[in-house]
Amino acid sequence: MSIKHGLLALLAPGPKYGYQLKAEFEATTGSAWPLNIGQVYSTLQRLEKGGQIEADGVPDDDGRVIYALTPAGREELAGWFHTPIAQESRPRDELAIKLAMAVNTPGVDAREVVQAQRRQAMSSLQSLTRAKAAVPDEDLARVMVVDSLIFAAEAEVSWLDRCEARLRNARTEKTPEKEAVQ
Amino acid sequence: MTANPVLELRNAAKVYGGGETLVTALHGATLAVAPGELVAVRGASGSGKSTLLHLAGGLDAPSSGDVLVEGQSLGSQSRKDLARLRRRSIGYVFQDLNLVPSLTAAENIALPRELDGASAGEARTEALAALEEIGLRGVADRFPDEMSGGQQQRVAIARALIGARRLVLADEPTGALDSETGEGVMRLLRARCDAGAACLLVTHEPRHSAWADRVVFLSDGAIVDETTADAPTVLDLGALT
Repeated sequence: MSIKHGLLALLAPGPKYGYQLKAEFEATTGSAWPLNIGQVYSTLQRLEKGGQIEADGVPDDDGRVIYALTPAGREELAGWFHTPIAQESRPRDELAIKLAMAVNTPGVDAREVVQAQRRQAMSSLQSLTRAKAAVPDEDLARVMVVDSLIFAAEAEVSWLDRCEARLRNARTEKTPEKEAVQ
Repeated sequence: MTANPVLELRNAAKVYGGGETLVTALHGATLAVAPGELVAVRGASGSGKSTLLHLAGGLDAPSSGDVLVEGQSLGSQSRKDLARLRRRSIGYVFQDLNLVPSLTAAENIALPRELDGASAGEARTEALAALEEIGLRGVADRFPDEMSGGQQQRVAIARALIGARRLVLADEPTGALDSETGEGVMRLLRARCDAGAACLLVTHEPRHSAWADRVVFLSDGAIVDETTADAPTVLDLGALT
């Protein structure tokens, strides 16, 4: 999963302690996915148990443990970078499920559901574009994260345009029948 | 909106034909674009986007309602006054560019200023400054077919913005351009709006319409939706800006 591999990647240049990893993860990804420190420590514990990282020496005066990659951790990280992420391994898409349900649930206007969602997606796309204009080009990691969010929002808007067109066409074809039912 | 709008459509409608063949291209559309504002128009093919843009630019007259540019109703202008208003106040950027093939980049940009009565020398100085501003000083003496698509598009935008034009109308200005070049064109339009111009942009690309302050959506000749950049995102915008 992304947090685990993200932490392994941050440890690749050298040993670090938990809070440092949290801060670097957020800085690298433009704070798009903030981590809580508990998540970081529980992930580090799992990685340590799995033999992918190890404590580097004894805790410092403040009780902070410094972690370092093991050879197994390096291997895991290399495997992650070299293996594409499968489309179907992503979580169930709530929006697609919602629209599928909207089309078949009596009393629900699927076009309204589509338009409300598109309004939200378009507005996000505008906010993201504004945010991107403020990121310097040389901040490659952040620009690429913002681009990823922009392309995803754009794909959603385009898909919703298509859904709306399909619903409009379906309505035009079905109108006489619908009126008969009402 | 505090400043007077540069462009105002008041219940502007357009119908073609009559009787059984009557087609309503645009129902009464009401829309205002203020100085410094970039407004994008989206919608499927045939939704009325181009009709709206043509009415806004005085290239076509509404069947009913009114269109005002800098407070002047286009309908009340003589043909000559309308031509002058179009030339002085409105810049057009079309998908097919309309650069004159036998003129160089600088000459293309200078052309509307010369039509306005500026001397050839003045017009060329202004054109070179416009090219400098868009980072294309080096192509001043090239002909359109000696430039890339992105360069031609930026020259077309420079031509639309030369002089004191306060309204820019753009129809699919990123049409045939790749993603990166298209973004460059949008940055340029955005910068000109930030400097005070008003811009109405028709585009089918959501990513490019997202540069706008407002995005209006047309469906079957009517404005059905409008969005602004106020949605929360997963990004911590404060951390980025």
